[in-house]
Amino acid sequence: MATDTAPLIVLDGVNKWFGELHVLRDVHLSIARGEVIVVIGPSGSGKSTLCRAINRLETINGGEIRFDGVPLPAEGKALARLRSEVGMVFQSFNLFAHRTILDNVTLGPLRVRRESPDKARTHALELLERVGIANQADKYPAQLSGGQQQRAAIARALAMNPKAMLFDEPTSALDPEMVGEVLDVMTALARDGMTMVVVTHEMGFARHAAHRVVFMADGQLVEEAAPSEFFANPRSDRAKDFLSKILTH
Amino acid sequence: MDIFSQPDVQQAVLTGFAWILKLTGASGVLALVLGVLLAGMRVSPVPVLRGIGTTWVNTFRNTPLTLVVFFCYFGLYTTLSVELSSDLDLNVFWLGVLGLSAYTAAFVCEAIRSGINTVPPGQAEAARAIGLTFGQTLRLVILPQAGRAVVAPLGSILIALTKNATIVGTIGLAESANAMKQLINDNGNVVIPIFLVFAGIFVALLVPTGYLFNWLGNRLAVRR
Repeated sequence: MATDTAPLIVLDGVNKWFGELHVLRDVHLSIARGEVIVVIGPSGSGKSTLCRAINRLETINGGEIRFDGVPLPAEGKALARLRSEVGMVFQSFNLFAHRTILDNVTLGPLRVRRESPDKARTHALELLERVGIANQADKYPAQLSGGQQQRAAIARALAMNPKAMLFDEPTSALDPEMVGEVLDVMTALARDGMTMVVVTHEMGFARHAAHRVVFMADGQLVEEAAPSEFFANPRSDRAKDFLSKILTH
Repeated sequence: MDIFSQPDVQQAVLTGFAWILKLTGASGVLALVLGVLLAGMRVSPVPVLRGIGTTWVNTFRNTPLTLVVFFCYFGLYTTLSVELSSDLDLNVFWLGVLGLSAYTAAFVCEAIRSGINTVPPGQAEAARAIGLTFGQTLRLVILPQAGRAVVAPLGSILIALTKNATIVGTIGLAESANAMKQLINDNGNVVIPIFLVFAGIFVALLVPTGYLFNWLGNRLAVRR
């Protein structure tokens, strides 16, 4: 049984190939409860794959991933149960297009957790209030702006009371003026002690909300450090090169 | 056109089209249920289910309907003594429904499957990510969106089914085509008008059906 001091998520020598392409190379990473990890790196470095491997939307070819002390189940009901404990937010929102915002948020609690409709609805409205879109509850996803859709997607993930949240480039598909509203929600979540793995290009968020920055390149975990240290004194040449390219503008 | 003012002729026409509507209704419901099940099997991760779905589609989509309906009568009923009702007409009716449903389900399955392809993969990923099982993902997220995408094609399948129902006349049900054949045999001097009347009734039934399904398709379309 895992204690509270044991890490929540452990990646142990994880390897993955897409055909010939070696996208994750022997990745070791341990994430504590309540820790906020920001994963950065050039595109194609394996950041998203790493994030998606944690709830097994991507299978791995070698190594092991443990969540809360237990290796990820391979399939079936056990895997579904694990996924219900890990919230995921996608770059393209992926709200269920045929359901209202409220129904998007209550679907998991109703069908996976078997909550009563009243309880699920009350909780969902609280969450929508928290992410600032309670007044959009009865609309369909296509009627909302990108920023509103992404906040609804965060509420949908939170409705399962997850032990951790995965964010796969949550602001990359947004118009610039909507990035802030989503990052605000994420920052509040981090402050409340949620365990978070965030793949992003938002260096501002990494600086002020992350406990640790993980830099990836070519499928390898090249460097990890506290944000202040990483941005001030990157040790690897790859990280220096990357930072010089994104921070000069 | 005098013959259509005779009560017994009117009765034969009415009975004929009543059978067509009943055949279409019963087979339509069965084919829809079966077709959705088959589509679910064809996209499932279980190889045996995929195999069954594929075999069904390959068999019934590529066999003439006449052959399927004949098999139901001469194979199932005459040879294997499968009797679906003690009433002679109803027995032939249900044998016909069986053949029509099995055949039409193959087309429904493929329409639904093409609908599934219109649903972005992210929808299934999001469903799995909140802990829905494969069956729940299919039932609650994928099929509702796939179904709405293929309402108009399903309408075409229903129209084809209505016309295909006339084939049950060949195994002895007094449906419309059978009634027409009888009328032509009895009234060789007005063959063309008889044809036109029967064709006209089919068109009058099916043109609105087509418009209805197109309208429904637009109304139910999922906005992205």
